[in-house]
Amino acid sequence: MKLKQLATIALTTLAVSAPVAADLVFPSLSYRTGPYAAGGTPYADGWADYFTMLNARDGGIGGVMTSVPECETGYNTAKGVECYESLKGDGALVFNPLSTGITYQLIPKATADDIPLLTQGYGRTSGANGAIFSHVFNFPANYWAGASRIVNRIKHEAGGDIAGKNIALVYHNSGYGKEPIPTLKALAEKHGFDLTLIPVDHPGQEQKSQWLQIRRERPDNIILYGWGVMNQVALQEAANIRYPMDQMFGIWWSGTENDKLDGMASHGYKAATFHNVGSEYPVYKDIQKHVVDAGLAAGDGSNVGSVLYNRGMYAAMTAATAAATAQDMHGEKNITAGMMRDGLENINMSDAVMAAAGLPKFGPEFTGSCANHGGTGQVGIQQWDGNKQAWKLIGGFESPDNKVIGELIKADSDAYAAENNITPRDC
Amino acid sequence: MSADFLYLVEVILNGLMAGVMYSLVALGFVLIFKASGIFNYAQGVMALFAALTLVGIQTGQVPFAHLINAIFGTNVHHFGWQVPTVLAIALTVGVMVLFAIIVERYILHHLVNQEPIILFMATIGLAYFMEGFGDIMWGSQIKTMDVGLPSGGSLWLEEYTQGWAAEGERYYGMYLDKLDMVASLVAIVLVVSLTIFSQYTTTGRALRAVADDHQAALSVGISLRTIWVIVWSIAGFVALVAGIMWGAKSGVQFSLSLIALKALPVLMLGGFTSIPGAIIGGLIIGVGEKLFEYAIGPLIGGATENWFAYVLALMFLVFRPQGLFGEKIIERV
Amino acid sequence: MFYRESGDFKKTYQKDSQTFPIKFDRMRYYFVLAVAFLVIPMFLTDYMANAVMIPFLVWAIAALGLNILVGYTGQLSLGTGGFMAVGAYATYKLMTAFPGMDMVTVILLSGLITAFVGAMFGLPSLRIKGFYLAVATLASQFFLVWLLNKVPWFYNNSASGQISAPEREMFGVIITGPHATPVAAYLFCLVFAVALAWLARNLTRGRLGRSWMAIRDMDIAAEIIGVNPLMAKLSAFAVSSFFIGIAGSLFFSVYLGAAEVTEAFGITVSFAVLFMIIIGGLGSIFGSFVGAAFMVLMPVLLKNVLVGGMGWPTDLAAHFEYIIVGGLIIIFLIVEPHGLAQMARVLKEKLRLWPFPH
Repeated sequence: MKLKQLATIALTTLAVSAPVAADLVFPSLSYRTGPYAAGGTPYADGWADYFTMLNARDGGIGGVMTSVPECETGYNTAKGVECYESLKGDGALVFNPLSTGITYQLIPKATADDIPLLTQGYGRTSGANGAIFSHVFNFPANYWAGASRIVNRIKHEAGGDIAGKNIALVYHNSGYGKEPIPTLKALAEKHGFDLTLIPVDHPGQEQKSQWLQIRRERPDNIILYGWGVMNQVALQEAANIRYPMDQMFGIWWSGTENDKLDGMASHGYKAATFHNVGSEYPVYKDIQKHVVDAGLAAGDGSNVGSVLYNRGMYAAMTAATAAATAQDMHGEKNITAGMMRDGLENINMSDAVMAAAGLPKFGPEFTGSCANHGGTGQVGIQQWDGNKQAWKLIGGFESPDNKVIGELIKADSDAYAAENNITPRDC
Repeated sequence: MSADFLYLVEVILNGLMAGVMYSLVALGFVLIFKASGIFNYAQGVMALFAALTLVGIQTGQVPFAHLINAIFGTNVHHFGWQVPTVLAIALTVGVMVLFAIIVERYILHHLVNQEPIILFMATIGLAYFMEGFGDIMWGSQIKTMDVGLPSGGSLWLEEYTQGWAAEGERYYGMYLDKLDMVASLVAIVLVVSLTIFSQYTTTGRALRAVADDHQAALSVGISLRTIWVIVWSIAGFVALVAGIMWGAKSGVQFSLSLIALKALPVLMLGGFTSIPGAIIGGLIIGVGEKLFEYAIGPLIGGATENWFAYVLALMFLVFRPQGLFGEKIIERV
Repeated sequence: MFYRESGDFKKTYQKDSQTFPIKFDRMRYYFVLAVAFLVIPMFLTDYMANAVMIPFLVWAIAALGLNILVGYTGQLSLGTGGFMAVGAYATYKLMTAFPGMDMVTVILLSGLITAFVGAMFGLPSLRIKGFYLAVATLASQFFLVWLLNKVPWFYNNSASGQISAPEREMFGVIITGPHATPVAAYLFCLVFAVALAWLARNLTRGRLGRSWMAIRDMDIAAEIIGVNPLMAKLSAFAVSSFFIGIAGSLFFSVYLGAAEVTEAFGITVSFAVLFMIIIGGLGSIFGSFVGAAFMVLMPVLLKNVLVGGMGWPTDLAAHFEYIIVGGLIIIFLIVEPHGLAQMARVLKEKLRLWPFPH
């Protein structure tokens, strides 16, 4: 009997996925399990909590309530498809899969289904070219902007000349980690520094060879593109060989609270970031009041204010702003995914908008346009303070070398267009 | 001495140490395979589970906190006490013994006399089960393993060796990780005590008897079930040691279970049935993969260690299909 | 009563040696085919196709391939993920290098390329046996993934090493790429699954299959009675890899549409396919399908029940999924160590005697 009931529930849920009526649906493709759970959990919490807060404080967006159905991907592409297909039926407005692999695979599907993808600081970098990737948005920054900004910072710290210096890239040997290589090669040619590539295979628990190599060669700077356990081991090994921490730079996925195993040992470590740090913003009072204290928090509330929580919340804020833009543009409160895409394309993330959302100066200002889905690419630099056990923003949001990056984006997106017979939109 | 030569020595020494770390994981496999012919895929997850339990007990985490909170709407996380390390380790060993008893009673007992591949599959089921169970019990965030192990390179060695290189060469002294040195010591103690245990105690002899022949052991009155519980408990203890060592390196998190993949080539090379084989295999694999990465890696793009360990083991196997120290496979028609 | 040979007289040798000697079985077989080809496409939604049916068919093909190697020839292999990756990358290279080539040719060629690679990596099996061989095949898994990740030629020098399948059509119907309808993609996979199952069935009944089984049961004895172990083992590796290559090819081109070798074809894939055939039943075509169904459907079903039906938090549900799947594997093994196919066989035997069991 019980089995039969279970089977009935299962069959009905399998067959019918009834769209939630009259809600703005912002699905969360999260990963709270598996090897990357420590990174996925706070991000998903931030994304969900922001929308919960909007519902409680403002009554949703433009008077329409939001909902955040969650689906566990485990950072696995096949599960990502399953999640995408099941949430698509629920009237999803935008997807934010937080996985470069899932993003690549959703780009053609979502474009065909007219659903936008918001991939802030990850995914396909050349998605910034709106003429070819009509449904991909990766503003305010991408991996190549991050790499270029780090090189600029290194140059700044070296007094403006890095010719002849040796910079090592320690990277996760996967699609994500390999992304910055073309940019760094182009920059190496331009600025005259030597680039050493040091790959680390998944999962990256054993990096002795790599760090012995670094210890022998003593590169002037290290750029770290890691994720998951690789970050912790890399920072630990760097501390072990007493590599000067302030000469080491991480991309934003290597610059979270998870990554310092021993707070003091990584004192001075720097990382690129596309949003501000800490929890000294008005929005946190609202989240505390409407979400955490009301017992509606997505997680256990312990992640509020952490880097990845902030990043998830920032993504949610961007999506909510775009939804409001779409509502204004189309004069329609219950927007569709197609309208949401227009909203993202015409987003205007000004200081005034961020201040109104309770996050003044939280990220760089940017606007979307038909051709530009990547914003200005402005990236800041944060530094780990071992005494206070906190990140601190030390370099403001500055533009990277957009000339070099622009050419690379064009080349990569043109190759994609040629392979897939896409006619660029007329922008 | 030229710096290049010193670098080579450094790579070899570090390779040996890394090999010891692999051996720690491989030992658990060997113990179980020897006594029961089971290729225990869950060994890596057992290391993760043991490490999670140790940290959980030590920091006074409430087990199943997330589940309890989800069901009862409460907000409990910590008992608010800290358990001393030694006591926490003892309690964790207790948990692993309990685990061994449960495994024997509910799984192995029902699968006596099945083919090896079925038993292997059962341990995969067990691995799945424990992955979910460990996460529900202790949560999936990264935890710091703090049992007072040292970390960082040995300064003394670095300074002592700094002058060894020839004049004018860039050399910064020999680098050895203190944690690795401790691990090596622990491994030596572990292997010696395991050997003494199996050679000179009654239980140890019974263990070897079972490993030689189940039927014969049964017929002289050795209880197979007790032996299996003991073996799985010891394997659980070895998993705890491996979990502590690896956890101190990378934090206690899901990826810890993947260290099993590093132990497989060691097993292959050393043979599934030999404890010294696990150690020597580990040393060969450790040195081999580090040397290959050092000498050939840069030429072909690096990150070769994962596959080279297997290829190295494969090359040995072509000449000795039962591993270096494995029992000779005798086949009769 | 209705399930027995008596009364069903066979008058030719062909009829006597057919796959389904019992009339009821034959009817059931045609019925399943009819449902698969005619009924399911009528009710196929995007979700059912992309999350359930297509992955099921793709994994079933991979399981068939591995079953030939493990179940019929007794060579334990954990290199499935690597071989699927070879199939997927071969497809990508063929699709982008020869845009005019039709998809069936592309997929068959990818299968052949994988068969060649598989036979190469099967060479150690001549010397190494049992679990040692299983671990040795992991060498091919890690090496192939590393190679496909390292050499930019395999992914046409794209920045991140991701490959995406361009749009291709057959008979005017789009079958790959985002605009493919679920029905077209499903039928395309189904044709391959049925054809390959038919091929596997007939291969395993023939001379080649018998030599495989002789090797499995006792290789020394097989050698003495005149089976060439070199030919038997390498042909098993080649045929198995052919199937797995096709599975990888469909996995990439029809199912996922984009893939990255380290993520999509990692070691977990190798283990997953091995689970399928052990749960389904070693040495059984039917078992490969049931095992694939179990491993594909079970998580989806559990997820929908726990999250959709009971409203649990997704992370708790995901952890429980692991616990339940792990627990079920153990329970199945205790109840019936030879897999679901053996359960079906026992049921059939009982049915044959029913209603007079003695």
